[in-house]
Amino acid sequence: MTVAHTAALVADVAGETPRRHPVAGPAARRRRGGLAKYLGLTPFALYVLVFLAIPTVLAVATGFFAEDGTFTFANILGIFEPAVLATFGSSFWVSALTAVIGAIVGAFVCYAMLGTKASGALRTLVDSASSVLAQFGGVMLAFAFIAAIGNQGLVTVWLIESFGINLHESGVWLYQVPGLIPVYVYFQVPLMIITFLPALEGLKSQWAEANATLGGTRWTYWTRIAGPVLAPSFIASLLLLFANAFSSYATAAALISQGSQIVPLQIRSALISETVLGRENMAGALALGMIVIMVVVMWGYSVLAARTSRWQR
Amino acid sequence: MNRRLTGPVRLGLAPSPVTRVAILGVVAIVFAIPLLSLLEFSFRDGLSGGYTLAHWTGLFDPENARPYRTLFQSIGNSFLLAGVTVGIVLVVLLPTMLLVHISFPRLRRVLEFICIIPITVPAIVLVVGLAPVYSIVVQVFGGSVWTLAFAYGILVLPYAYRAIQANLDGVPVVTLVEAARSLGAGWPTVVARVLLPNLRRGVLAAAFITIAVVLGEFTIASLLNRRNLQTALLQISTSDGYVAAILALLSLAFAFVLLLIIGRIGSAGNRSNS
Amino acid sequence: MIDTQALRTAAWPTEPATTLAITPATVELDAVVKVYGTHRALDGISLALEPGEFVALLGPSGCGKTTALRALAGLEAVDGGSIRIDAEDVAGLPTNKRDIGMVFQAYSLFPHMTVLENVEFGLRMRRVAAAERRVRAHEALDLVGLGDRGERFAHQLSGGQQQRVALARALVTRPRVLLLDEPLSALDAKVRVQLREQIRRIQTELGITTLFVTHDQEEALAVADRVAVMREGRIEQIGTPEELYVTPATPFVADFVGLSNRVPGVLKAGTITAAGATFELLGDPQPDGPVLAYVRPEDVVLDTSPRGKGLAATVVASSFLGSLRRTTVRLEGDLLLSVQHDVSLQPAPGDGVRVGFRGNPVSAISAP
Repeated sequence: MTVAHTAALVADVAGETPRRHPVAGPAARRRRGGLAKYLGLTPFALYVLVFLAIPTVLAVATGFFAEDGTFTFANILGIFEPAVLATFGSSFWVSALTAVIGAIVGAFVCYAMLGTKASGALRTLVDSASSVLAQFGGVMLAFAFIAAIGNQGLVTVWLIESFGINLHESGVWLYQVPGLIPVYVYFQVPLMIITFLPALEGLKSQWAEANATLGGTRWTYWTRIAGPVLAPSFIASLLLLFANAFSSYATAAALISQGSQIVPLQIRSALISETVLGRENMAGALALGMIVIMVVVMWGYSVLAARTSRWQR
Repeated sequence: MNRRLTGPVRLGLAPSPVTRVAILGVVAIVFAIPLLSLLEFSFRDGLSGGYTLAHWTGLFDPENARPYRTLFQSIGNSFLLAGVTVGIVLVVLLPTMLLVHISFPRLRRVLEFICIIPITVPAIVLVVGLAPVYSIVVQVFGGSVWTLAFAYGILVLPYAYRAIQANLDGVPVVTLVEAARSLGAGWPTVVARVLLPNLRRGVLAAAFITIAVVLGEFTIASLLNRRNLQTALLQISTSDGYVAAILALLSLAFAFVLLLIIGRIGSAGNRSNS
Repeated sequence: MIDTQALRTAAWPTEPATTLAITPATVELDAVVKVYGTHRALDGISLALEPGEFVALLGPSGCGKTTALRALAGLEAVDGGSIRIDAEDVAGLPTNKRDIGMVFQAYSLFPHMTVLENVEFGLRMRRVAAAERRVRAHEALDLVGLGDRGERFAHQLSGGQQQRVALARALVTRPRVLLLDEPLSALDAKVRVQLREQIRRIQTELGITTLFVTHDQEEALAVADRVAVMREGRIEQIGTPEELYVTPATPFVADFVGLSNRVPGVLKAGTITAAGATFELLGDPQPDGPVLAYVRPEDVVLDTSPRGKGLAATVVASSFLGSLRRTTVRLEGDLLLSVQHDVSLQPAPGDGVRVGFRGNPVSAISAP
């Protein structure tokens, strides 16, 4: 692929350097250069086609076929059966709840970071730690939480010994859907910091000063200016957090070894050929369901993000 | 003499130092608890209640090389995958971004859209369609673990794209190219001696974030039955939780350092720009 | 203090509703000091504005002019001295109670509000009823010639239009003082000239006391009644544009305001002998000795006739500036002089010419 690409660049040099090809007319040269340039795009196009477009289409398409290759809506209809709908429900509320908590806590941290130097040590530290926890965690965060609030966890033991409080009085919930909540919040807050801090920093000092010279107070600044200006970014970040939790698989896979309480785990079951609802190719239908939700959420995100980028020139 | 006539001017923007320390302090403590718990766990001496260094020393003891062999192999796999994925970013993504930036400005939005798609298509969905694709990949390239990097290159697209694009936006690429070409430089010279030196920050950041994401990847490796750091961690946690805890801590620390370096590179660049 | 504050707050809604009538105020800065760490951004500056006066604060970047303006607005706390608006010390008065209008360098319009909502904002803060708000906002927009852009958002306007909206927003509350913080510096040259004339026209019409900060000496001279030249936290000279130009009090002013040639000469008893001519020394008396005299290009006379009078010189370059021409000549001893003259003379590089001086008083610094 590289060879093809470099060739395109070289061909372009030849095409646009008159002294090497004094004979060819300018139009011909430009045409050839243009074609070569387009060739330069093919490696990336092919790569994305094979490893992004085709898998995505396949993932969705398999949902429309039965194991014997015949077209069927059975898998798609399977999404609407109560057991599957329930997992979508679990996925939805875990994602929504952790997104809301993460967004609020993360916004407070962003607010606390306001006024610190953008290239300062504190900022770099928070940025790096946030990136690690938001994008790297997965399996390892599950371990950390087992060590903290698992059966023999540090916090669990300390609470029992010091206060007689048993975290797991009504059964160990860490390995169930509720157990996902603290771990998800743990990577949602850092993601909020990464996505929302730039928006908060987009607030121009002139707006606060204009507010003051026009007779406004701190209160009117936050309610009438900063609040409305930030609202689209905040909601966009909230949607991104939701999408992040909704598509998260590793943490759940590490914590929940049995059962398929959320959609990604159900896809796992379907893939490792435990049939869901007794149907093959259910994974495709579940994938389609996830994509539909993700597309709606990300569409909302991009609309809001476009709106705020307009303000932040 | 030097009387302060008006108090500090507060217009509603920055929090007071007390508020800042309070918020950051509380969040930092809460977020430290699970990691400190993991650290504490790695020193536990079984259920005796005492502490021992044995788990840490044992991991690096040559005598234990045998039981941990598959584990170290998996770590090696992860680093191999990180390297190949960085290669894909540098060889496929970077030249395309340059080409689009210079010659096809109209395609910039399209490229951006493509690079953002992997956020919308979760890895767990992608893996459903990757399974059949990989049955062909195996026939072409064999079943070696490095082929997984093709999928990882897609996963890191949004991150690598953003890192490089941020740098591209801050450099007058088209002007630089025109200047270099008007001075008689050919395209290879332009790319190697003019563009890449100016894009070093973005390319480095893209490489580091790629390494961090690949080392943390679990979903695709797990469901395509390949061994990497994360799948090995989960597997070993059932038999030897202490080793899993130690490796988790080490890899978190490693990723943190990588990203800290990205941060330093980035802020150094910001300073020189302003 | 608190009483006047309460009074003013209470007084806003009952002001006459129909026009932009403004009661101009006096402004006094008295020995104001502002210290950042070890740097004295304001080193005891004093400045008084008459009601309705348009004063420009002029100086290079970092001279403290913006700090002075922001101190007056209450956006910077000061470390010494006093600031009075209408003879009232505003030290304890926060920005939002100072009853001022301010236009910033750029990007100060609220991005999520329409132009009309932006202009209405100050009235909303003063709890003016909706109907009256609308009338006054439209009136202010008409004043800046943007009556038809009320429904636009800031990002749909050009830079010049945004600054006009900011001006309307600052004036609609009928403030006592108008503060302009380099409002033109982010604009194109042509728009800059148009807008500064518009600002001056509106200011004259409303008679509002105005303080205008700029680093552009041409701009300051063109619009202000008086100009205060600042340098390193201090005011070097305050005067009308003519005073500053003709009788600069210090070499810094002579250098910063307009163009000057630096001609080496000798000062003796208040008279400078330089390049074969004599000049009277401007400003404070200085010790006798070698000096550099600041001579304006229009105080140098060019003679291209074959048997002209004056010092022999060779033309280096000459440029046509529309209504006049500026020529650089080299005298003996490699001294370069810039000469301003009528376009009827068209010297070419290499021509031999003669130069003389009109002999107007000049300022000077002692030569190193």
